[in-house]
Amino acid sequence: MKAFTYQRADSTAHAAAAAAKPGARFIAGGTNLLDLMKLQVETPSELVDINRLPLDKIEETPDGGLRVGALVRNSDLAADSRVRQRYGVLSRALLAGASAQLRNKATTGGNLLQRTRCYYFYDVTKPCNKRNPGSGCAALAGFNRIHAILGTSDHCIATHPSDMAVAMRALDAKVETVNGEGEPRVIPIAEFHRLPGKTPEIETSLKPGEIITAVTLPPPPPGVHVYRKVRDRASYAFALVSVAAIVDSTRGRIRSARLAFGGLALKPWREPQAEEKLVDASADTATFGAAANAVLDGARGFGGNDFKIPLTRRTLHSVLAETTRT
Amino acid sequence: MEMNSPIGPNALDAQGVVGKPLDRVDGRLKVTGGARYAYEMQQDNVLYGFVVEASIGKGKIKSIDTRAAEKAPGVVLVLTYRNSPEQGTGNHREAHPVLTGPEVTRYGEPVAFVVAESFEEARAAAYLVDVKYDRSSGKYTLRNNLDRARAPHPKDAPAADSAVGDFAGAFASAPVQIDLTYTTPLQSHAMMEPHATLAMWDGDKLILHTANQMLNQGQKVVATTLKIPVENVRLISPFIGGGFGGKLWVNADAILAAIASRQLKRPVKIALTRQQIFHVTTHRSDTIQRVRLATDREGHILAIGHDVFSGNLPSEQTYEGAALQTRTLYAGANRLTRHRLAPLDIPVASSMRAPGEAVGLMALECAMDELAEKLNLDPVELRVRNEPSEDPEKHIPFSSRHLIACLQEGARRFGWDKRHAKPGQVRDGRWLVGMGMAAATRGNPLLLSKANVRLDPDGTATVRMAMTDIGTGT
Amino acid sequence: MDENEPITIEITRRTVIETGTTALLLTALPPAALAAGPSDGNQPPPPSATVTLQINDRSHQLTLDPRTTLLDALREHLALTGSKKGCDHGQCGACTVLIDGRRINSCLTLAVMHDGQSVTTIEGLAEGETLHPLQAAFVEHDGFQCGYCTSGQICSAVGMLAESRSGMPSYVTEDLTHPVAELTDAEIRERMSGNICRCAAYPNIVAAIKQAAGTPT
Repeated sequence: MKAFTYQRADSTAHAAAAAAKPGARFIAGGTNLLDLMKLQVETPSELVDINRLPLDKIEETPDGGLRVGALVRNSDLAADSRVRQRYGVLSRALLAGASAQLRNKATTGGNLLQRTRCYYFYDVTKPCNKRNPGSGCAALAGFNRIHAILGTSDHCIATHPSDMAVAMRALDAKVETVNGEGEPRVIPIAEFHRLPGKTPEIETSLKPGEIITAVTLPPPPPGVHVYRKVRDRASYAFALVSVAAIVDSTRGRIRSARLAFGGLALKPWREPQAEEKLVDASADTATFGAAANAVLDGARGFGGNDFKIPLTRRTLHSVLAETTRT
Repeated sequence: MEMNSPIGPNALDAQGVVGKPLDRVDGRLKVTGGARYAYEMQQDNVLYGFVVEASIGKGKIKSIDTRAAEKAPGVVLVLTYRNSPEQGTGNHREAHPVLTGPEVTRYGEPVAFVVAESFEEARAAAYLVDVKYDRSSGKYTLRNNLDRARAPHPKDAPAADSAVGDFAGAFASAPVQIDLTYTTPLQSHAMMEPHATLAMWDGDKLILHTANQMLNQGQKVVATTLKIPVENVRLISPFIGGGFGGKLWVNADAILAAIASRQLKRPVKIALTRQQIFHVTTHRSDTIQRVRLATDREGHILAIGHDVFSGNLPSEQTYEGAALQTRTLYAGANRLTRHRLAPLDIPVASSMRAPGEAVGLMALECAMDELAEKLNLDPVELRVRNEPSEDPEKHIPFSSRHLIACLQEGARRFGWDKRHAKPGQVRDGRWLVGMGMAAATRGNPLLLSKANVRLDPDGTATVRMAMTDIGTGT
Repeated sequence: MDENEPITIEITRRTVIETGTTALLLTALPPAALAAGPSDGNQPPPPSATVTLQINDRSHQLTLDPRTTLLDALREHLALTGSKKGCDHGQCGACTVLIDGRRINSCLTLAVMHDGQSVTTIEGLAEGETLHPLQAAFVEHDGFQCGYCTSGQICSAVGMLAESRSGMPSYVTEDLTHPVAELTDAEIRERMSGNICRCAAYPNIVAAIKQAAGTPT
């Protein structure tokens, strides 16, 4: 871990200004950042501790939604009675992630910003275009079991590991930020994470010195909420494939559905064409298959992760069957 | 002392201790955080060490530049092959020399050891050591190197091969045959406590607080490696956070700490990082095993064959003895067991939790299960029909053997006679439920052992033995 | 047979699915927090930070390298070695402590981030000679073997029971909208999944926790 100077931010504006300096990083929960700093994947020269900022509330919004402060801990967000009642998919997704100790420390903002768990990203002696642009991608011809099947490029096939982000994507969340001048911005979550393209080192739409202050959730859409996570262990493991689903149906007829997928790409994956196939559709194998085809259009495996394609198909079928069971 | 008959009831049985539940003697210490493990022994003036691993599988260090690391805050020493002392040699059970030269023989081999005033400084400086390599091609995959596998000859170990009768002929002519190949993956002990050592010298006497399961052995290995008399080496290991075979032998942490401590004349401690443990210490080799069983139509084994491939560094002869217990478990007049070791450029393979038995019995018992199915015979009955009356290869009597009685009692208790022999017949909600069985055997080598007993006037007897119980048993 | 002649083997598909008291407590003093480099040629140490921590109801002021995790502050600077380093990356739970009553991995947080906060470690659970009910239950149910995960298990269980009492759901909770009624085995295992035990004392750990939770075993 490289040496750094440590300071505590006493206001959001101070934090944003401090973080505009190159080599500066916010630290909130720190459960991803410190993990990476110990291996020198992250080497900030300055840490700006934002834990004392007043960004830890969950509040109702005028339109019947919820605003979640960036520093709300994952466990608190999952346990909040309003989230449990109205945004069950988000609560389940949060509870599916990490361990209790980590959920107690991890924050909303930090969860969105956590970085990939690609083995080669984590090893500074190996080529990685995300960590070291131009050095190559060791995962393409290496061990790529946990890697992406959608939205990949020749430069990077990593996945985003968050469960919370997948549920938030299904809920059409918006990320609120503020910069050093105090100027606010709203970034729809669909635009928050970037696919690798030719620049895998650029992971989000945030600008230097911009700090996430909150995530707002619109009023929840109607339907049954499910977060299904398929992984190697029953608990405390990342998703191989996950599905956040909100499915509105009656007596075997689907009115509408929202589907977001984790474990498949460097951002939560939503495919409008798949959701279209479910509008006013009969809840049967043919419909589920058509939706899966739409999601998996263009999917490709890299040898170690080919299984994710049929696994996604079956998981989606199972989730749709579960949510439409009469 | 002869051991030709069972000991029978005696004074130890009357004490009411053997066979009764007992709170662990060290229980209170362990639940209050009071048990101190190697890295936790309190010591003034201690320095912290950190290993730098080779990041290639095989080759040579072309250059190693330690200047930035040496100048880094808090750093007092960077050891490489250029400034390490000459050490004794041998296989991993005899010696553990470190930083011996520019050759890289396996991934993760230590290439430098950084010592600093604090852990944070040592770790940061380790990343400043700049190593450039000339890579050579290596051989890493067992399955691709079977043609290079040979019979191993480790010291003090059973012969790699055994043969009784005419296996090939008996197998070929038998009415019922099973011929199956199984593979098991490489396994790591992954005990909770990383390997750790605190080393200090008192003149020319070395004291090592180290996580080690076999202290007498470790003492000799350290002495051999550092070229000092064995009586000058003391190993202290009252608590170990798990071993499972991974802390049987001396590892690089102990030797690196000892060398650095001697050079710096200060205590040095080091714990391997979790990531480093997988490369710097031993593991169980993967195996490829071919089991061949042949019987008459009633399921009596006529021929039993078990071939095992495992891999290890070319300088090591330790192999995974997966067929050793096949030599004693079932009867059969014609027998062949063979072990072949492939030289691979991988970290050292050695003992892990039931070495040989764990993976070998898996293969043998799966094959027996397939055989029972082919014969349409109850798997328990198959064992009954093949229970040997004496050791089937050595032809000497068992002192006692109750496998069949255990199987029959187990069958009774588990309701074996109510089971569905055909898989996939029983549902419990979303689950398909099945019932199977397997037998197992483990060698129990008897060695000379010593105890020292002191009897005090108040009637207290204190017994001392060179025995380790690391909490998981021996 | 010729040991030097290779055995040929054809690999078919049968692949297994891939997967004291001690005599020497040498000194009681912890090492100095930050010594200067011993040789003139070394760069100076990085600027240190001061932090005040309440640990087990005692106040400690420490001057530390900011990189020092809370775990290493406890172990290397305060001689509180009860909390264990199993992985240093938040993956095993052996370092679990309680901050203001909440369980966290002390290896993945910096000591300096907790200025003014209250930390409870395994050493702070007993009251004098009287063991905390969880500690006593672990001994009674033999919830450990090597003991290295034990501190983390017990601190984690203390935190877990508090969470459960406050109504925190888990991934296996059937109905999220109702407070959790009962700590079943499945709930305990899920809630404790951040604590690994390689000696596999899990059945006894669950029994110990159930006893301490007041649930019949």
